[in-house]
Amino acid sequence: MSILFDRWLPAVVLAPSVAASLLFVYIFVFLNGYLSFTSSRLLPRYEFVGLDRYRELFDNDVWWESVANLFWFAAPFIVISTIVGLTLAILLDQRIRAEGALRAIYLYPLALSQVVAGTAWQWLMNPSLGLSHVAEQLGWRGASFDWLSDPSRAIFCVVIAAVWQCTGFVAALFLAGLRGVDEEIVKAAQVDGASKPLIYRRIVLPTIRPVFFSVMLILTHLAIKTFDLVVAMTAGGPGTSTILPTIFMYTYAFERGRMGIGAASAMMMLAMVVAILVPLMYLESRATRNAA
Amino acid sequence: MAGAVAAQAQTQDIEVLHYWTSGGESKAVNVLRQRLEKEGINWKDSAIAGGGGANAMTVLKTRAVSGDPPAAVQMRGPVIQDWADQGALVGLNAIAGNWNRELPPAIDAALKYKGTYYAVPHWIHRVNWMYINKPALDKVGGKVPTTWNELFDLADKFKAAGIIPIAHGGTPYHDGVYFEGIVQSMGVDFYRKAILEQDQATLTSPKMVEVFDILRKSQRYFDDGIQGRPWNIAAAMVIEGKAGMLFMGDWAKGEFANANKVPGVDYVCAARPGTEGMFTFIADTFVFFKQRNQPATPAQNKLASMIMDPAYQAEAALYKGAIPANTTVSLSNFDDCAKKSSNDMQGASRANGLVPAMNQGIPEAMLGAVRDVVTRFLNSNQDSQSAVQALARAARNN
Amino acid sequence: MPREVTIGRVAIYATLIVFALIFLTPIYVTIVTSFKSLEELRRGDLLALPARFEYAAWIKAWSTACTGVRCDGLQPFFFNSVKMVIPAVLLSSLLGSINGYVLAQWRFPGADIVFTGLLVGFFIPFQAILLPAAQFLGFFGIANTIGGLILIHVVYGIAFTTMLFRNFYVNIPVELVKAARVDGAGLFMIYRRIFLPLSLPIFMVCIIWQFTQIWNDFLFGVVFSGPAARPVTVGLNNLVNTSEGVKEFNVDMAAALITALPTLLVYILGGRYFVRGLMAGAVKG
Repeated sequence: MSILFDRWLPAVVLAPSVAASLLFVYIFVFLNGYLSFTSSRLLPRYEFVGLDRYRELFDNDVWWESVANLFWFAAPFIVISTIVGLTLAILLDQRIRAEGALRAIYLYPLALSQVVAGTAWQWLMNPSLGLSHVAEQLGWRGASFDWLSDPSRAIFCVVIAAVWQCTGFVAALFLAGLRGVDEEIVKAAQVDGASKPLIYRRIVLPTIRPVFFSVMLILTHLAIKTFDLVVAMTAGGPGTSTILPTIFMYTYAFERGRMGIGAASAMMMLAMVVAILVPLMYLESRATRNAA
Repeated sequence: MAGAVAAQAQTQDIEVLHYWTSGGESKAVNVLRQRLEKEGINWKDSAIAGGGGANAMTVLKTRAVSGDPPAAVQMRGPVIQDWADQGALVGLNAIAGNWNRELPPAIDAALKYKGTYYAVPHWIHRVNWMYINKPALDKVGGKVPTTWNELFDLADKFKAAGIIPIAHGGTPYHDGVYFEGIVQSMGVDFYRKAILEQDQATLTSPKMVEVFDILRKSQRYFDDGIQGRPWNIAAAMVIEGKAGMLFMGDWAKGEFANANKVPGVDYVCAARPGTEGMFTFIADTFVFFKQRNQPATPAQNKLASMIMDPAYQAEAALYKGAIPANTTVSLSNFDDCAKKSSNDMQGASRANGLVPAMNQGIPEAMLGAVRDVVTRFLNSNQDSQSAVQALARAARNN
Repeated sequence: MPREVTIGRVAIYATLIVFALIFLTPIYVTIVTSFKSLEELRRGDLLALPARFEYAAWIKAWSTACTGVRCDGLQPFFFNSVKMVIPAVLLSSLLGSINGYVLAQWRFPGADIVFTGLLVGFFIPFQAILLPAAQFLGFFGIANTIGGLILIHVVYGIAFTTMLFRNFYVNIPVELVKAARVDGAGLFMIYRRIFLPLSLPIFMVCIIWQFTQIWNDFLFGVVFSGPAARPVTVGLNNLVNTSEGVKEFNVDMAAALITALPTLLVYILGGRYFVRGLMAGAVKG
């Protein structure tokens, strides 16, 4: 009796969470997927119409622009956050005074909601009152910073705000990883006369490989889900130059009463997530298996 | 359970979902709340600002599918008919009384679906307004333009005098409001065919190319700081004399009134170039959602008839900068712009020129698509011809 | 050699301090602006300290600003958030901890699949599941209640909290469980006696993270809260979208700061534990 109970207990403990996730994630996503094959406009209507909604979606310039924007947002955001975060972590790891205070300063933007962060940055980058206004007053004449009103550059303003918000967190993750590296190995390398950069490149960074994986996972998921930040900062503008797929989806499903297209775009976003995530997970699990 | 229902009936709550949270509009809606509470009905406020009502509509949809929609909802445009078609709304014929005589026919029609009233109007806005700073106008010795060429002449004069010619807010919303004025200047029939009916031949006609040419030319008279600027900040530029002209509906008048500016003295309100005989309207209305599939609750009926009450209509329209929807209301307290507006409405109504404005007359999907095209045009080097093609394609797909 | 080191150290400190200043600029501007009068703001020197500290904007944002027909500021919204966030954070952390413990230490066939399956919940765009979720909550009569909102936050928080705890517990040798089982301890007793006491650092990470996520959420808050339970982010949204004519930037900024205050405090007071908790193994894979 007790043995049987013991064997099933783990599954019983997990059951509520698994059931909730089955319903709230899988069934809801399935329902959304079904909607993408229907004629739903204002409200869900379960009348099957085949691939019409996807055809409309693929014929929509704004959708493709939002996908391109996601790339131009996510790639620099992930790369810059990782590089700056890693740099800060390495520097903080050099037995720095006031490390705690600096860490807190780098970390605090994560505490702010994206709405607050977006609003603050919109203000800072506004050409007529923000930083460029200040620069001008300081006598820095030609320094007009008008990226926010430039359709080809506005997306990088969003990148700056997002990097600002997440880098401290990335640095904390890396720092935690660095602190976990076995000091004996590092010392042995130092005795052998290896330089600091070499030690980091050859020994330290490879050992914190799993941290890179966590960072990629978290940053990718943040990039794909970014919504409030853009709404608060640019509302997708100028024009449609900072619209992301999340905003496209929300606009079509709720604001414009084109629920079918909204659902189709959500399915495409999920497909993107899977396309990025599955190889990432596969590579990682293979790497850990090899290491073990 | 029965006790709970009885208690509910006694207190008579009514939940109101709306997005009127800014100064004048929250005053107007507060007038209504106070009147309702005098009747012993408790107003449960569900204000959801943002996105020009987009957030509120998201809330409405989720509430509707959860089977618990708010009792009263602020709404405008063809979406009223969509909700009525879903069978979600309370019909108002029982309390409509003389509405068909008190309302102009075009507005009356906007409230109905298959012969039944489903919406009740608070006030009527006119969109095809422009505002000119009077001292600035006098300074450059200009006159109120009635054609686009005259307007550009005036803009050049403003520019020469160091005044920003056109105060604009670089949002899809304001871009759309500017754009529809140009389409309307091509004539009421052209506007009807192109925008309200999305007739492909009209949309791809040379006149439509001309519309985009005028839009492109106008852009030269905007300043650098337009990105994301809310329209009321643009209005403030005209109020302060930093800019000469503003293209915005009559609600912008509230900004002038708040700054103690007097029409005719400090600023001029006029129909936009080429649209004198037209009145493009927005009717802000309430619709009432069936509660647990029941017919109208007493509180809903009470609120609906209260909205058409002349005393409320007069007070609310004053706060909102609009004119009363009920044409029997006296305008003695209103300013000259509102009186002109009312006269123009009646004239336009007789001459077939009373038409829904763009964000009243077309479904949200189409509205969004038109704004996408316009705002992308303004934020790129696209030529007018390809913008016209994009517009025609958007019309086909939405 | 020592001189070289000194130059290197100076460069390190200089870099760190420059980054710190860049990171602080937005919050500095927000704080300074909230204490300026509107006249001073119009003069437009963004970075200058206020000529006179004015608290009026803070008082207005907290208790008198209009957010609809109500003009009692952020205050009521703020307390709604408090009522929602505490149970939601505690429940989602506790569930994540138990799930993570079972997944890491009580391996059963298919555990990896279950874990990966749960993880997917971390990546879905929430806009896509709003309507089915609303239908579900309505069906069970908990739409537009604080309870419904808590349920939603807990359910969509499980993916992250489970991952966090599982990655922490997976580093604890399984021999510990085996030994305890030989002594006759069951799953829950081992959790309570051995794992829970070990988990303080990771609980700190989890609580801080979940608190920030749930407190700052707008989408679920606006859709699932109903008129009596709107969280502070919705109040902030109404308030900053309210100003007519002259935009009251000082009030907006004060409101933004009031909204952000609890999470900022959590980070300032708990930030140390946050990094320490991460070091304790949350990121080791």
